[in-house]
Amino acid sequence: MKAEQISIFLENRTGRLEEVTRVLAEAGISIRALSLADTSDFGILRLIVSDHEKAKKALKDSGFTVGRNAVVAVEVSDKPGGLHAILNLLNAGGVNVEYMYAFVHQCERSAVIIFRFDRTDQAIELLQKNNITIIPGDKLYTI
Amino acid sequence: MIFDMDIETLPREELEALQLKRLQTQCERVYANVAFYRRAFDEAGIKPADIKSLADLRYLPFTEKQDLRNHYPFGLFAVPKDNVVRVHASSGTTGRATVVGYTQRDINIWGRLVARCFAAAGATRRDIIHVAYGYGLFTGGLGAHYGAEELGAITVPVSGGGTRRQAMLLKDFGATVLCCTPSYSLVLYETALEAGIDFKELPLRVGVFGAEPWTDEMRRDIETKMGIKAIDIYGLSEVMGPGVGIECAEAQAGAHLMEDHFLCEVIDPVTKEPVAPGEAGELVITTLTKEAQPVIRYRTRDITRLVYTPCKCGRTFARMQRVHGRSDDMLIIRGVNVFPSQIESILLETEGLTPHYQLVVRRDGNLDTLTVQVEVDEKLFSDEIKNLQRLEGKIQKNIKEFLGVTAQVKLVEPRAIQRSEGKAKRILDLRNE
Repeated sequence: MKAEQISIFLENRTGRLEEVTRVLAEAGISIRALSLADTSDFGILRLIVSDHEKAKKALKDSGFTVGRNAVVAVEVSDKPGGLHAILNLLNAGGVNVEYMYAFVHQCERSAVIIFRFDRTDQAIELLQKNNITIIPGDKLYTI
Repeated sequence: MIFDMDIETLPREELEALQLKRLQTQCERVYANVAFYRRAFDEAGIKPADIKSLADLRYLPFTEKQDLRNHYPFGLFAVPKDNVVRVHASSGTTGRATVVGYTQRDINIWGRLVARCFAAAGATRRDIIHVAYGYGLFTGGLGAHYGAEELGAITVPVSGGGTRRQAMLLKDFGATVLCCTPSYSLVLYETALEAGIDFKELPLRVGVFGAEPWTDEMRRDIETKMGIKAIDIYGLSEVMGPGVGIECAEAQAGAHLMEDHFLCEVIDPVTKEPVAPGEAGELVITTLTKEAQPVIRYRTRDITRLVYTPCKCGRTFARMQRVHGRSDDMLIIRGVNVFPSQIESILLETEGLTPHYQLVVRRDGNLDTLTVQVEVDEKLFSDEIKNLQRLEGKIQKNIKEFLGVTAQVKLVEPRAIQRSEGKAKRILDLRNE
């Protein structure tokens, strides 16, 4: 039930982000979701893309340092308290969220949240036991 | 095995008494016979008779590589040319070649010292020594050759090159000791493997490697791959050639310097004053018995530390830590001497990797600042900010702890660091810009 995310190391310099999107565009890759974490010196760009193998190769060939991580995509109903219920569950189960980012489904009345957990397997088990919808990787990449 | 048992295990006081006697004689000889030294002594306001103890060494003038070049080719001989039986010369890649001369006695002593080295490495007269150092003006080949013969071993003077053939000879002759540069040993090993010859299946058991700096990581790699013991030999042509120092097989913890023939001291390369015992600095060597071309306080530019604690092999000769840089590469950051190689070791110890790095020195007002740029490769990279910041913090802390300087650590993208001809440019000094 895990999904694949790629992460890219970026120096805090003009044009670096633009370079990433250029490489992906030229390789014909769609970005499904993204998040950028930054410090004064560097940033980490995290992406869910249509084809992570191809994206990783294209970026590496262009000289970027690229990592791959297992994340979990969770469907959250688009109503007050929707996210809270999930976080409450995880907290009670002792799972930490390292970071997360969200995007909204275009056709359905729900949001998708990408979670990076400290204990991914345990988190998946917990979510499934409580009937929370996890979007599997192959479905996520083509949303 | 200890080749010259009496001398190599001499109690320090007796050794120092011998050194002093020889130093006094040497000073008298160079003052009387070499115009360059007479002038240098006079300028320093010192006479050979002023040398009353080894501590007086610090008042003697230095000899630099440039002094050898200035007296090209034979201007520093301390004996008539008739008494010189051989010359060697450096390649002179950075200027005129430096030439060194030897009398018959110099050659004999050299052979004796290299024989000591082979013995310390664990070789005996029953060994077959494959000498793959270049023969010729370079001191490596002939230096090792005479030592191997003095030891009484079968000496195979292969010299450099013809790697495939060398691999075959190594196998056919059943050499037990290999003598070359550490990097060439790896080339030889790979070539042999391609030809179906595995060093591990040969009688080869010892490597005596030198003439270039190498790390402990490289040693472990060589030892594991080849199934041999790899021993570091130290030397430089300006004072003799290979055989100035050798690691013992027992401890493999720094080269024992042949102190009965070489008076060794460590100085601060900037103030030129001796450092406190055990501290790192530039190795300076005075030859004690060299006849044809003695040198007084020759600045080797090699940065090391001397260890005087007793060694388990029984030798009393000081051990020099692996050379960890050249003073030519040294940076001075707020009064602290920093070598790129020291930063490299810290990076290696911090993450156990070989990251690419660059040191950037700037001047902010009156303060020098050091930034260590480390390229983030896939092994270092994490998708979490805190892990990368922890890495920066750890490197910074280790640099502060080991070197006593505060450095900014900056993670950079691969290939952000300039490279020239495949070699990374390690220092970017922007202080004068």
